[in-house]
Amino acid sequence: MEFQIKKAMGSGLNSEVTSRRQFIKACTAGGALIVGAGYISTATANQESTKPHPQALLFNSFVKITPDNRVVVVIKHLDKGQGVTTGLSTIVAEELDADWQQVSWEFAPADASKYNNLYWGPSQGTGGSTSIANSWEQLRNAGAAARAMFVLAAAKKWGVDKKDVSVSVGVVSAGVKQATFAELIEEAAKQAPPEKPALKSVSQFKLIGKKIARIDSAEKINGSAVFTQDIQLPNMLTALVIYPPKQGGKLKNFDDSDAKKVEGFGGVAQIPRGLAIVANSFWSARKARELVKVNWDLQHCENKSSKELFDDYKKTAESAGTPVKQKGDAEKALLKTGKGEVIVEAVFELPYLAHATMEPINCVALVGEDSCELWNGSQAQTIDQQDAAQVLGISHEKVTIHTLFAGGSFGRRASPGDYVVDAVHIAMQFKNRPVKMVWDREDDMLRGRFRPMAVHKAQAKVSNSGELLAWKHHVVAQAIMRGTVFEGMINGPVEGTLFEGIHDMPYSIADLKVDATEQSSKTDSLWWRSVGSSGNAFAVECFIDQLAHAVKKDPVEFRRQLLKGHKRWLGVLELAVEKAQWQKKLPKGRAKGFAIHKSMGSWVAQVAEVSFNEDNKLRVDRVVCAIDCGIAVNPDIVVAQMEGSIGFALGAVFGEQITLENGIIQQQNFDKYKPLRYSQMPEVEVHIIPSGEAPSGVGEPGVPPLTPAVANAVFALTGKPVYSLPIELS
Amino acid sequence: MIKLKVNGQQKQYGGDPDQPLLWYLREELFLSGTKFGCGIGACGACTVHFNGIPVRSCSMPMSAVAGAEVRTIEGLDSAVAKQVQSSWKELDVVQCGYCQSGQIMSATALLERNGRPSEQEISDAMDGNICRCASYQRIRSAIKHSSKKLGE
Repeated sequence: MEFQIKKAMGSGLNSEVTSRRQFIKACTAGGALIVGAGYISTATANQESTKPHPQALLFNSFVKITPDNRVVVVIKHLDKGQGVTTGLSTIVAEELDADWQQVSWEFAPADASKYNNLYWGPSQGTGGSTSIANSWEQLRNAGAAARAMFVLAAAKKWGVDKKDVSVSVGVVSAGVKQATFAELIEEAAKQAPPEKPALKSVSQFKLIGKKIARIDSAEKINGSAVFTQDIQLPNMLTALVIYPPKQGGKLKNFDDSDAKKVEGFGGVAQIPRGLAIVANSFWSARKARELVKVNWDLQHCENKSSKELFDDYKKTAESAGTPVKQKGDAEKALLKTGKGEVIVEAVFELPYLAHATMEPINCVALVGEDSCELWNGSQAQTIDQQDAAQVLGISHEKVTIHTLFAGGSFGRRASPGDYVVDAVHIAMQFKNRPVKMVWDREDDMLRGRFRPMAVHKAQAKVSNSGELLAWKHHVVAQAIMRGTVFEGMINGPVEGTLFEGIHDMPYSIADLKVDATEQSSKTDSLWWRSVGSSGNAFAVECFIDQLAHAVKKDPVEFRRQLLKGHKRWLGVLELAVEKAQWQKKLPKGRAKGFAIHKSMGSWVAQVAEVSFNEDNKLRVDRVVCAIDCGIAVNPDIVVAQMEGSIGFALGAVFGEQITLENGIIQQQNFDKYKPLRYSQMPEVEVHIIPSGEAPSGVGEPGVPPLTPAVANAVFALTGKPVYSLPIELS
Repeated sequence: MIKLKVNGQQKQYGGDPDQPLLWYLREELFLSGTKFGCGIGACGACTVHFNGIPVRSCSMPMSAVAGAEVRTIEGLDSAVAKQVQSSWKELDVVQCGYCQSGQIMSATALLERNGRPSEQEISDAMDGNICRCASYQRIRSAIKHSSKKLGE
């Protein structure tokens, strides 16, 4: 597969044509218009992402119709596996009454004026499991508006009342008269879009809520799907980086005299975070890199080990932190116990975790005199534009982004001041030549931005009748947004990611006090699939099981009582325990554990079944999962996301962790960093609560309950509570 | 000059014999369906068939491929391979998709030599391929589905 670069690159439709009228003029005058990314793939899959759709007529920012009768949905979000290209296209197709077989899609250009995440203000990006949720009304309106324009066009053309025109499976009809969208596009494009198009009721949905195959499946099965790593442009250079062995280290000096002898070597580029070795191929860059001698200044870097860091965190957790929630007087309530009351205390430890996306982080950048073009699986287009613009001293509108599939992200590609900055710093030293910056796995781990490590200290008082009388919690963790462009999003004295899912837990607690302390660190952190909830749910849900155990209550019954009146919480709880046959005893050597959590607007309950295999190693045999995410636009993708979230989180149970020794990251490749593998995957069963509520998050909420559900099953099996991850059994 | 066959076509290679097969395939033949994941043969994203056997192309130098027949995701054409891809599609296995070429190469090689693999044999064949999206449950179903269809 080869890509050709065109002169038109970067002058996509959306930046040039600002109004519908102008567009039509341009279309009739110019004939074929190149839209979208200005390169051509030789792949020919029907619903193919990378194929530009020339001659498409734009009905609004999200709907294009081509003369060959394809409906092209413009996808403003990154697809990193979560299936939004299918889900977002489905919403448009539903309200347009298109034939699903005629639906194609393309990634939107970076343009926050049209394609911002509606939950994020004027910023385009994908995260917090918001893609479907924030687009729901926007895309229904976009599809319905285009539909109304076809209805008006047909009425006019056929001289009938618009009330007599209907649209079904891509065919516009009135009596015996019928037309395709393509046959009506010129007339339809002249119609004024309705201000408030009529939307369907839930009962009228024909595509939403049905099992529809992923629109991006074919190209991901035959190898033709294009990721950043696959971009090949004429004259392109490949850059490998050398980063310091510890984060934050500074380049003192280097000697590249031996590297110059490598065939294909193109030079070095000093960048603020290290050094780049540039060559005409990956292998030449790799060979040259091995011959470059580098000296670093590491005096301001981390010198501690993970054990020492945990000791610091634990010490901090012993004293009071900043109060983030106070209800009643938990301190006082915990001073004494009455008859039939017990106080339980626990300290939980959670390690750094890496995103470890299968596609190591990379970015292609082409810097011109007053412009910049990026090819990137961009999760935060506006931030990437601003980052590049700042490096180059140009306005961010001059930064074009060709969003491509990302080979996983889990939050990693929404990262300000990071890899895009490095790529642009390199490319600006090789102006007018595209440069592909490639991190190898070791770079990706060394320059990782990790799920923050955390220590939770919890104390609670519980009565024999199962009442939760007091809970005092101190979470000590690293802030993610502090000191970044996201700092403005922090409300209050402590960043919310530290205590989300703790201060707002739904359990009925008489007196609750939550403290939080931001621990400063020299190691970078970032949102990791489900952000703070990934660790907070572990602490809360493991502790709840310990409390139930202390008063000899069934952990599910204990929760049921404390969740009275919380309908959607109880909905997933009951569904999960029913499907998992919670009450049914398992054979000796097996046990079940339960956990429940709400994140990204969705409720998830899970029951895990565990046992020990012949080698006395922990196995997770089965996980039953119930989710309430409002309307499931594509139920099969919701199921897939739950399966994947469970497998993703299970890695953190079995062995994933980043540890430091003398400040050096110990896991730099998959020999030591251990995501879940095939044979460790349990049987997963997913049930979705039927709902007519607006859709909420799906990509992340399946992650948080998994680790505590497994830990609670281990507790039930061994009688020993679990206090840390990964689970180490003695 | 190193001679080899790639997807049935005769090729000659005169470059650095240390260059891993992966980069030759991706950057010289533009067969970019074979992916770079770890560079140490630990993740399976770069899996190709080497005389019918699944190997990690990131760790195989060009000097070791002289005379070999190499097949990549782009060159899959056996009945088994077609069935595997069809099962993958029918069960909607893919998520991000980056590892899936490697998964399909491993699964195809398994089923080409053993049409009815046991659970253990499937695990042995697939444990070298990481899927960070953890699509493993569907990979398992798709391999079994393929095996069943091929046996019909």
